[in-house]
Amino acid sequence: MAKTPILSAKDVEIQFSLRGRKLTAIRKCSLDLYEGETLAIVGESGSGKSVFTKSFVGMLDANGSITGGSITYNGQDISKFKTEKEWLDIRGKKIAMVMQDPMTSLNPLKKIGKQIQESIELHQGLKGEEAKKEALEMLKKVGIPDPERRYNQYPHEFSGGMRQRVVIAIAVACRPQILICDEPTTALDVTIQAQILDLIRNLQSELHMTVIYITHDLGVVANVADRVAVMYAGQIIEFGLVNEIFYDAWHPYTWALLSALPQLGVKGEELPSIEGTPPNLFNTIQGDAFAPRNKQALAIDFVKEPPFFSISETHQAKTWYLDPRAPKIEQPEAIRRLREKMRARG
Amino acid sequence: MAVREKLIEVKDLQISFGTGRKKFVAVDHVNFDIYKGETFSLVGESGSGKTTIGRAILRINPTSAGDIYLSGKKINGKISKELDKEVIRKCQMIFQDPMASLNERAKVDYIISEGLINHHLYQDEADREAKVQKALREVGLLPEFASRFPHEFSGGQRQRIGIARALVMEPEFIVADEPISALDVSIRAQVLNLLNHLKREKNLTYLFIAHDLSVVRFISDRIAVIHKGRIVELAEAEELFLHPLHPYTKALLSAVPMPDPEVEKKKKLLVYDPSVHDYSVDKPVWEEILPGHFVYGNQKELVEYRKEI
Repeated sequence: MAKTPILSAKDVEIQFSLRGRKLTAIRKCSLDLYEGETLAIVGESGSGKSVFTKSFVGMLDANGSITGGSITYNGQDISKFKTEKEWLDIRGKKIAMVMQDPMTSLNPLKKIGKQIQESIELHQGLKGEEAKKEALEMLKKVGIPDPERRYNQYPHEFSGGMRQRVVIAIAVACRPQILICDEPTTALDVTIQAQILDLIRNLQSELHMTVIYITHDLGVVANVADRVAVMYAGQIIEFGLVNEIFYDAWHPYTWALLSALPQLGVKGEELPSIEGTPPNLFNTIQGDAFAPRNKQALAIDFVKEPPFFSISETHQAKTWYLDPRAPKIEQPEAIRRLREKMRARG
Repeated sequence: MAVREKLIEVKDLQISFGTGRKKFVAVDHVNFDIYKGETFSLVGESGSGKTTIGRAILRINPTSAGDIYLSGKKINGKISKELDKEVIRKCQMIFQDPMASLNERAKVDYIISEGLINHHLYQDEADREAKVQKALREVGLLPEFASRFPHEFSGGQRQRIGIARALVMEPEFIVADEPISALDVSIRAQVLNLLNHLKREKNLTYLFIAHDLSVVRFISDRIAVIHKGRIVELAEAEELFLHPLHPYTKALLSAVPMPDPEVEKKKKLLVYDPSVHDYSVDKPVWEEILPGHFVYGNQKELVEYRKEI
């Protein structure tokens, strides 16, 4: 792709110190983000998807730090930022984040309007009436009816879906370039979930934002994403266009994730499930991190870490299966049939 | 099909909270039967009353009108102490969040055997231990785990402990209240498989409560869709997915995220607007429109629904 990325993470390594021990949450992870796209990062809990993106806004927990690699944004290496002052120009203003749980990410003691106004005043330099006008505008934009009245209400007077709309309003109030949505709909009902995804999509095209979704729901991914990155044990193990990941995945972990979906299950049959647990990140991992859980693992998987192999210009997977010397391994039945199966169901 | 035995019958159930001016009717005019050995699912948004119904069957929430029968015996309202005990033993519950539903300060051994202790369902200490170990093995955990605390387990393992706690009472009927919503994708499949396996092995009957229709299609035999405390549609799982009639069911189905980008990008989201129903003159009824397919609507709507079939 000829486009230059607006944010580029290279070999990022993030460590946490826990009770005197070092936990490597992100192991040499690279990611390019292109302008205007929607990227989804998928993985199970503990795979590091939240930690990785939190490092883009300098919101790692106090015991965590970026110990290697670089994150380039706007010509600056933001992974080297030390002070809060440096971050103020980026966090919230250029890169904003929507958190998972709207019940906990709002201040219960402050009026909704004031909470939106706060970020406008801080980043845009508007004061008083002007800022209030802008806040009302934002409320209207995210589809909250009767904004004048809602402005003076407290979070507990809002339903879950409405609260998530407010959180989104706060995040986009400063017209950020990049919006990171960390499981924005996990805590919500299906119907509300679909509405929120629609809202984010509309805001994205209206405000020309680039959006990163973090989610473990592959249904959501199929709905919103242009590109998908799959994470496992602190690494991106496969990335590609959304169709390439869903119809032509190559990493065994992506296969496992896709075939474990109940949507694809046949009634009366066992759902294919992933046995075992993810590796302990306190230890150094040898070879392919997924190998111990992979029934078809090759001998080399346990010894040497695979590099990325290209499948197409946009699609790469980190697995030895794609090495020309590897024995021929077929994509599992479920993956090959995914397309036809879903078609048949309409 | 042979006449199937009804395990649970719910007739004109109403559940309300509070009294006088503060009275709030959470569930109203709910009718359904659950046959022995089937998985019956209740689907609806949060606040629709699905959990309330499940809890009413287990006698946790009192009912304000209507009847609930277990194997032909009325089990709601005032009942004898013996029957109460029987209901508690025969009907068990699996909770949503395995992080919150296990006592953090008790060992797994105690968590699982609490029901046995309360009901004196064991002869001696050795018998109790044997029962706990059997339950642990059935859910795929090691018997050694009995001496550990809940925080030592992962989410999926904790949910297994929650299931073992229900199983140890040798129930006939289990209410599973969103048992996989709080779990990770990779673990969901394991827990669903376990539930299906136990159902076959022990001839269990499930009431499966969920808001995610995609999971429900895989696991259930019949599905009831509930909206604002009323069941609006009830049918066999496949029938409901292929021929939804009520607009709320259609809206719910349209919102189900499908793991297929091409389908997803083309799909149109339906939004349910309750004001499409004009029930001021023409009162709605609960009608069996096809054998086994029930829908809630007034005469005019039923005519429309019949046309759609």
